[in-house]
Amino acid sequence: MKILTANRLADGEAVWFAKDGSWAESIDVSDVVADKDKDGEARLEAIGKAAFENNAVVDVNLIDVDVVDGVIVPQRLREKIRAAGPTNRTDLGKQARPEASHAA
Amino acid sequence: MYRYDEFDHDFVNARVAEFTDQVERRLAGEITEDQFRPLRLMNGVYLQLHAYMLRIAVPYGTLSSRQLRMLGHIARKYDKGYGHFTTRQNIQFNWPALSDMPAILADLASVEMHAIQTSGNCIRNVTADHFAGAAADEVADPRPYAEILRQWSSVHPEFSYLPRKFKIAVTGAERDRAAIQVHDIGLHLKKNEAGELGFAVYVGGGQGRTPMIAKKIKDFLPEQHLLSYTTAIMRVYNLYGRRDNKYKARIKILVHETGAEEFARQVEAEWAELKDGELRLPDDDIRAIDAYFAPPPLVQRPDGDEAVRLARLDSKGFGEWLDQNVITHQHPDYAAVTISLKGIGEVPGDASDSQMEAVADIAEKYAFDEIRVSHEQNLILPHVARADLKAVYDALVEIGFATANSNLISDIIACPGLDYCALANARSIIVAQNISKRFASHERQREIGELKLKISGCINACGHHHVGHIGILGVEKKGAELYQVTLGGSGDENTSVGEIIGRGFGPDEITDAIETIVDTYLRIRLDPGEKFLDAYRRAGPAPFKEALYAGEIKAA
Repeated sequence: MKILTANRLADGEAVWFAKDGSWAESIDVSDVVADKDKDGEARLEAIGKAAFENNAVVDVNLIDVDVVDGVIVPQRLREKIRAAGPTNRTDLGKQARPEASHAA
Repeated sequence: MYRYDEFDHDFVNARVAEFTDQVERRLAGEITEDQFRPLRLMNGVYLQLHAYMLRIAVPYGTLSSRQLRMLGHIARKYDKGYGHFTTRQNIQFNWPALSDMPAILADLASVEMHAIQTSGNCIRNVTADHFAGAAADEVADPRPYAEILRQWSSVHPEFSYLPRKFKIAVTGAERDRAAIQVHDIGLHLKKNEAGELGFAVYVGGGQGRTPMIAKKIKDFLPEQHLLSYTTAIMRVYNLYGRRDNKYKARIKILVHETGAEEFARQVEAEWAELKDGELRLPDDDIRAIDAYFAPPPLVQRPDGDEAVRLARLDSKGFGEWLDQNVITHQHPDYAAVTISLKGIGEVPGDASDSQMEAVADIAEKYAFDEIRVSHEQNLILPHVARADLKAVYDALVEIGFATANSNLISDIIACPGLDYCALANARSIIVAQNISKRFASHERQREIGELKLKISGCINACGHHHVGHIGILGVEKKGAELYQVTLGGSGDENTSVGEIIGRGFGPDEITDAIETIVDTYLRIRLDPGEKFLDAYRRAGPAPFKEALYAGEIKAA
């Protein structure tokens, strides 16, 4: 499964493309595309390209995730850390906020 | 200490205004990311995992109290209350917003600081021995020459688009504390038989994915030829350095492939055209820059010996700190102090806003307003009267910066790794923290003695793992972190690149593996005076391999 992620232009905040069409600060509400859904992937890619060109976000990437008991979990540690914050500073990043991600 | 002249002020202010305009245009959507990216990199702004990162230049690692206080202010106002001192004597902030960059750079400019040339394929911040101007073993202060190189290389039009980034380091002592042999150019300031100053010139060292030890291409370059000869090197590199392959673009590859002798010949040919031209440094100019780096007024403080003797009797902690973190100064009444940013279990190189401000206060009160950043990610007070050492120690205890571990196993260099860095493949910080906690006992660390442990979270080697006595390189294998261990590296006057000892270790195994290596050293050393590095060089990898992997071989 795949989701679309980027960093917001103005402040660099890690964001994910959400089901409601916004760029959310939490991975939990991401728009997830099923395995082998090439049309879905193409749709997300087009959204990412447009958002990059509109200067909303930078460093846009489709990433691999699993959905475990309804929770979106990135496959790579890099993306887990992006979704939560530094592992040595749990007082920082998304993990320190009320809307914290469950990803890591 | 060096002060900006009128040109510096105008130049930095003009750059702040220029970049402010570029940021505004970017945020307004008037320029694209592809157009903006090289502009932000020229001003030290990277994009990392969680946010932008701003790398600020600390020329040859020298800071005043006012400047360090400003860094504390920036940490508090624009970041999350801390900064990270780096292996290039710079500082990085991990969380600033792009929209705040103009304000941050304006604040920096108000204390004569900037982020120019902390990124990009240009000549980066020139680094120097962090004990420059203080160490008893120094022939001359390397910082005036680092400053001359800084002035010459700042937005040098010919060298702003090199094949790749370019790093220069200068030392003024036989004992190399600036790791000059793993730099693109390493300069060893020394005197010839006539007592004149000049440099042994090393070229083509570096770490990264292809570690190379620099080759000495000149035994003695008279000081007035510093810029003409450096220019000759840069021209040969700019002409022949590879631009087709990023991984082969550093000067170390050119020197390696050309051969040091032939490379030196090409430099000499280029230099012959330059040496008596306008780049020849007038003696008056060198001495004028020298004057900026005149030592502070070190008045006689003969009460130091007695004060230190009494304080040592009074405090075991002070005695340990004195033995480990304080070195001999050129002036017998003074000492140079290492402020450890490596408290047990802490993040190597990190300092909070209030810690930065407290160090600034201490430096102002006891250390002539001067602080250095070391490439080993500690802070240095280069000039402290021995009579004031106890007061400095007590003030450092209060902010958690008095750990007596300079050059011991917990004095670890670690890059930010995968917790922050977009290039990293594995975490570094947590590995450093776990090893530091495992070897928390001061007595045990003293028993082990000098041991430089360095950790990088990817092959780019920002954590200098290649020159660690014990080096750890984090890689990603099948989606998981794996840590490769190298032994026998060293970044001093006898530079060596560490050798991979065998298969890597998982995150849960690496601390045990390091402990096995250390225990093996303690077992095989000839006597407590034989340091880890010397024992490894004598005994080779075999006993360490045996200790780490013998069980596996037998099981198989």
